[in-house]
Amino acid sequence: MSEDSIHDAENSSSGTDRRRFLSRLSIVAGSIAGAIVAIPSVAFLLGLRKVPHVWRTVGKLDDFQIGSTVKVAFLDPSPLPWSGVTARTAAWLRRETAQQFIAFSVDCTHLGCPVRWLPDANLFMCPCHGGVFYANGTVASGPPPKPLTRYPVRIQGGDVQILTSPLPITT
Amino acid sequence: MRIVEFVWKWFDEVTGVSGWLIPLAKHPVPHARRSAWFYVLGSATLLVFIVQIVTGIALASAYVPSAGQAYHTLAFISDTRFGHIVRGIHSFGASAMIILIGIHAIRVYLFGAYKYPRQMGWLTGVALLFLVLGMAFTGQLLRWDQTGFWSVVIAAEQAGRTPFIGNWLGHFILAGDTAGGATLSRFFALHVFFIPALIFFFIGFHLYLVVRNGISEPPKMGQPVDPKTYRRWYQDLLHREGVPFWPDAAWRDAVFALIVIGIIVGLAVVVGPPALGKPPDPSILQASPRPEWYFLWYYAVLSLIPRWSENYVIIVGPAILIVVLVLLPLVAPKGERSPFKRPWAFGLVAVIVFMIAYYGTVGHVAPWSPRMDAPPLPVEVIGTANGPIADGAKVFRDKGCEFCHKISGYGGIRGPDLTYAGDQMTPEQMETRIYSGAPNMPSYNGNITQQQVSDLLAFLSSRRRRPATPLPLTSEAK
Repeated sequence: MSEDSIHDAENSSSGTDRRRFLSRLSIVAGSIAGAIVAIPSVAFLLGLRKVPHVWRTVGKLDDFQIGSTVKVAFLDPSPLPWSGVTARTAAWLRRETAQQFIAFSVDCTHLGCPVRWLPDANLFMCPCHGGVFYANGTVASGPPPKPLTRYPVRIQGGDVQILTSPLPITT
Repeated sequence: MRIVEFVWKWFDEVTGVSGWLIPLAKHPVPHARRSAWFYVLGSATLLVFIVQIVTGIALASAYVPSAGQAYHTLAFISDTRFGHIVRGIHSFGASAMIILIGIHAIRVYLFGAYKYPRQMGWLTGVALLFLVLGMAFTGQLLRWDQTGFWSVVIAAEQAGRTPFIGNWLGHFILAGDTAGGATLSRFFALHVFFIPALIFFFIGFHLYLVVRNGISEPPKMGQPVDPKTYRRWYQDLLHREGVPFWPDAAWRDAVFALIVIGIIVGLAVVVGPPALGKPPDPSILQASPRPEWYFLWYYAVLSLIPRWSENYVIIVGPAILIVVLVLLPLVAPKGERSPFKRPWAFGLVAVIVFMIAYYGTVGHVAPWSPRMDAPPLPVEVIGTANGPIADGAKVFRDKGCEFCHKISGYGGIRGPDLTYAGDQMTPEQMETRIYSGAPNMPSYNGNITQQQVSDLLAFLSSRRRRPATPLPLTSEAK
């Protein structure tokens, strides 16, 4: 196509209309192509894996003494084959009475650091900012805004079981 | 040699490379004279980024981004002779990038080089600054040791403070309900593909702008930028006294980059990479996660602000920083560039550098963190091995007091130093405090026996500069 013919086409109204149509066609085609790739990719990224809450056995009833708070480790609800040690999770478990247990998330409600149980002081203490919780999980001092999160516990047969839950996020 | 010349001529004829590469290399830049060495910081940041790409590719060729295996692959890499060095280079390179991009930003700010027509140069630089911080955070996390694991949890908790979408955002960071198998891959993709792609884009744009608008000339007092006349004036300046970028200016970039890279590699060889912590097992609760040095100042600020303001500062603080940096070239696009005519610019930089250094030091000490690994008070400090004072010292330890209160150099610094508590408080005052607690001290009401309190008071009252009754150290006591 010579320069003259380009010039001619631009001047004719049908040429202008045709160009406008072709520009829009290109933009629409490109947008659709982009969208049909982007939608499933973004949806995959945003779609969070929901896992069922399941009861995990953390020990035999007789393993736990009344009044003592111990760390129990168990598998998170639905570990992936490549999760390795990160599939493990922990809770602080106390046998209150013969038939009653209480379980706390190890995550400090301030910023999620793992709290430690001080058996002689009867307190949970967080190593990050010094948040302290009483034995019943309520805040004793420091920055935590809420009591420690509790996990449901049950006794099934002779087993003590904890209901796995998502990481508690303080909002 | 003939064949080389022949191939080059053929290559150039079919590609036209020399037609743009040679003018680009030799494009005129202002003669910077005594300020010339201030202009090497941007190129050094870029060259260290290239070092990060090279060492990053080397590391990625052995790293397995799997939550169960990443830690072991890092141990494997660190155990090989050159893997050890490459990890060291990547780690010190990360620190160097943060330092260099920070000084580069300060230089551009002090020289007023963000003013017309270089506003977009500043804005793309701000984007690069935050992307580099993103690389630093995701990178230390890929170490996937205990600290790496807990830093994801803490990041999710911080994101959780966002209004309305906090809970979703926190779990989005974790890639699910808990930190586990899906989490690490997400950060690997961010660190290796997503953020670097954005960095490539912004570096390309940044460099294009440097060439299009020309590198800023060293500022002179009494020579304000006027957008109406600046471009013409700048072209005249180049015409009058410009020098070709290559090699008149570029040699300094090359020499400085060699020094920087030499220091990075030297440190990698001599000091080596950061040690791997414990494995990322969430059921190991003996963990005290701390941020890397470049985030310590922010950690300190978040730890020291009043508690009620925390939710706002976590979210609004970084947002304000971004807004200020973005608005700077938009609200001040013209006028004086010389820092000597903008003395508050010096003041602001001094305040920022001082704050980062000061809070970084405070964050390193982390006085708010209990010292849960503090060794028990030795009998030399207690002064006796039995009796109420010794029993009280045991209570002091068992009740966790020592984790927050220092005595004779042992223990934490979250609460007041109690080395001379006996001089400072009466037993009644101590007893009140033990039972009532304080905002940062738990109340021991119901958690301590009468006997324990009386022993504890005996011990604390014996903490004096001059003991009322000298306590001779017998050999049994030791």
